[in-house]
Amino acid sequence: MMPVGLTHFLVLGAILFCLGLLAVITKRNAVTVLMGVELIINAANINFIAFARYLDKDLDGQMFGVFVIVIAAASAAVALAIVLNIYQRMRSVNLDEADSLAG
Amino acid sequence: MTSFDVMFYVIGALTLLSAVIMVFSKNIILNAIGLLFTFFGVAGIYVMLGADFIAATQLLIYVGGILVLLLFGVMLSQRITGLEMRTGTLQVVPAAIVCVGIAAILLRIILTTPWPQAKVAAPAPTTSKIGELFMTTYLIPFEIVSVLLLAALVGAAFLGRRDAR
Repeated sequence: MMPVGLTHFLVLGAILFCLGLLAVITKRNAVTVLMGVELIINAANINFIAFARYLDKDLDGQMFGVFVIVIAAASAAVALAIVLNIYQRMRSVNLDEADSLAG
Repeated sequence: MTSFDVMFYVIGALTLLSAVIMVFSKNIILNAIGLLFTFFGVAGIYVMLGADFIAATQLLIYVGGILVLLLFGVMLSQRITGLEMRTGTLQVVPAAIVCVGIAAILLRIILTTPWPQAKVAAPAPTTSKIGELFMTTYLIPFEIVSVLLLAALVGAAFLGRRDAR
């Protein structure tokens, strides 16, 4: 078995990304879809930090990681406000029922 | 097998197991708990990668902030007394095919690429260097992201009002 290196962290990130993608595609509840988005963002961030550790002599990857976390926080706040508005109007947060804009 | 490797497999297993619980559980509270432990596991991965500041930020912002926000979303948008705590799923089979395909492509690319095998320096404290970079090289992105965060939070507070029209 080879020692833990960059490849191991990238594989972990890839699996987390696919799990998050599965949650985003299959879940009906909008809040759970947001959880999937957070999982995807975390997977991307693992890749940034892993590359910063193994390929980069500066801290550029870690700086990107900080920016990713900030933007994830902003998007989560806005998305949850939108979800709560949908709930107040339709009494449901199921995405397949929020179809009043569908043709 | 060094202790570093053992730690990686333990933390990685914790992360993946809780992510699987998060994705495949039908109970929305269990989804949130799974996400909580996934965030803890990812923070552990950051520590293993020598990113101490990012790990602390992960715990503060994800576990302390975003997860609490998500739980508020769950509590405010579910009829707790009713039987609405379960979440359904849509199009499971095509989604699984797509995700497994993407996973196969990603893993193939990762495993076949000859990554440069540089000698890795011992982990050093990063916080002061990150602070320095924020005030020098990354000053403009730092200011822009500050304004973005302010605008997003004001917008979220506006949208979240009960009589937002």
